[in-house]
Amino acid sequence: MKILYSYLLLFLSLAIVACDDDDDPSTGGTGQITIEFDNRAGNDDLELLKEYVNGAGESFQISKLNYYISNISLTTTDGKVFIVPQDSSYFLIMEEEGESQHVHLRNVPSGNYNQISFTIGVDSLRSTMDISKRQGVLDPAQGHDGMYWTWNSGYIFFKMEGTSPAAPSDQDNKFYYHIGGYGGYETPALNNIRTTTLDMGSAVAQVRPEKNPQVHLHVDVLEFFSSPTSISIADHPLVMFSEYSTTVSANYVSMFKYHHVHN
Amino acid sequence: MKSCYAFLFWVLLFATGCSDDEQIKEKNPAPVVLDIPANFPEPVYDLAANPLTEEGIALGKMLFYDPALSRDNTISCGFCHQQPTAFTHHGHDVSHGIGDQLGRRNSLPVQNLLWYRNFFWDGGVHNLDLVPLNAISNPVEMDEETPNILRKLEGQQKYRDKFKAAFGSEEITSTRFLQSLTQFMATMVSANSRYDRYVRNEGMQLTSNELQGEILFRQHCASCHATDLFTDQSFRNNGFSSAEDMARDSGREEITLNPDDRGKFKVPSLRNVEYTAPYMHNGKLNTLQDVLNFYVTNVQVSPTLDPLLMQNEQPGISLTVDERSKIIDFLKTLTDEEFLSDRRFSEY
Repeated sequence: MKILYSYLLLFLSLAIVACDDDDDPSTGGTGQITIEFDNRAGNDDLELLKEYVNGAGESFQISKLNYYISNISLTTTDGKVFIVPQDSSYFLIMEEEGESQHVHLRNVPSGNYNQISFTIGVDSLRSTMDISKRQGVLDPAQGHDGMYWTWNSGYIFFKMEGTSPAAPSDQDNKFYYHIGGYGGYETPALNNIRTTTLDMGSAVAQVRPEKNPQVHLHVDVLEFFSSPTSISIADHPLVMFSEYSTTVSANYVSMFKYHHVHN
Repeated sequence: MKSCYAFLFWVLLFATGCSDDEQIKEKNPAPVVLDIPANFPEPVYDLAANPLTEEGIALGKMLFYDPALSRDNTISCGFCHQQPTAFTHHGHDVSHGIGDQLGRRNSLPVQNLLWYRNFFWDGGVHNLDLVPLNAISNPVEMDEETPNILRKLEGQQKYRDKFKAAFGSEEITSTRFLQSLTQFMATMVSANSRYDRYVRNEGMQLTSNELQGEILFRQHCASCHATDLFTDQSFRNNGFSSAEDMARDSGREEITLNPDDRGKFKVPSLRNVEYTAPYMHNGKLNTLQDVLNFYVTNVQVSPTLDPLLMQNEQPGISLTVDERSKIIDFLKTLTDEEFLSDRRFSEY
């Protein structure tokens, strides 16, 4: 009986703490936040194998769009930064897999968040860690839809493939953008690690123990071809491990934009 | 009576349970301590992250010789890395893989890999655990995907048993798969040549020609083929590639994208070099005489040619015919007969 009382007491005190949290989000308690990566083509939801036209006037269809998101951090309106624990901060977003586009972050301290930062790709430290520390979407042996270069050890951070009449016929009118490069292991090499910070303006994501806000990001493939550099499929139908990939990675950063939040 | 049987059933179950426990205890993987040769530096690979065990090594060996690692189950690691030729592909200038396709480069020996900072002729792979993935996924080598291999292995009781023995459960993961291959390759240490026993003062004498060859080797070759690993692991253009060759295979430049690395390849170890013919990254030279003659007479000048091969504005190394032959005599003292026939590494 005594034990029952102490459990009851514990439960009640927890409940009280939880109640308190609602009034002052900055003290105690954690919640969950979901970040949705919504791949788009301008105003439309992106559909694979549907025809779109890029800034260079080239029509194209996308057959594959995958990218790694990692090292996420969230900042509150009063400047407190929550860094998602590194071991659980790697996600592979795939247009073909709807579930992958919803990144669920748990144990986020209660607070009003209005800024999100993340890396598009995989940081150099994790890229060179022992394989036992690279499981799940980071397992180099699993391949994950070919998101790893085995000949030049490293993740492909961003992969977009499709067809376009502007792509050369000896390439079956296909275009390929496979972008990676963490900076080299001992010798400096290609570095396409890109980080972005998205400001939510006056909107906030209210993280509370009982709330699960959803931050909706737009990831626009039309931006890929236009901003800041105009990329033409005809001029660059195949970009992999080459200097031009840094132009491509600078462009894909601009695909990511904050759109809205559900609290 | 019924309850008596039931009792007996429980007793038996309990007894079985006990013996299972004991078996599990007996089956703890047996740790293996690797002897580090006295004349070698410290290994690069961190064995603490993947401790060697008898069971892990045995599993790695089984995988090394299993053609299931290739798409059509025809090519094992051992197919291109054969023991009598220090785990290279004898008689093949460039790798010869699945469907009789040819690669661009000469297969490198599998020996002393624990001491390497990076792997392959261009150093594109930076960790021993990742080495097999390159051969597995190469379309002209094994052309397979690791998840498929794991499925093939999961279907075989012998592998489920071996994984359990090595790692404590039947679960066949990619990490365990790669770690066991590393464990087997880690044991493939070649450090018992006549040279080793001579340099470690183990009572081995070299002949006068071999000793003169050693002096010449130290003067003319050892700045690149340095330490008792016989490589400084750097990338250099040794003047073997023509501009045309470099257009086809620019070596280290493909990894760094640095034009200064054009035509540079990893300085290979010379251990067991007597048996690793053909030579050079593209396997174009068949004998050690050809190699020495090349360095004397055929070094090609290009912007990235190694400065050590350009003395007094003359490309190449100046050596008399007699000196070349003495260097070859010395190189043959690097042959480790024990390694080349050690049953621990043999397919059969």
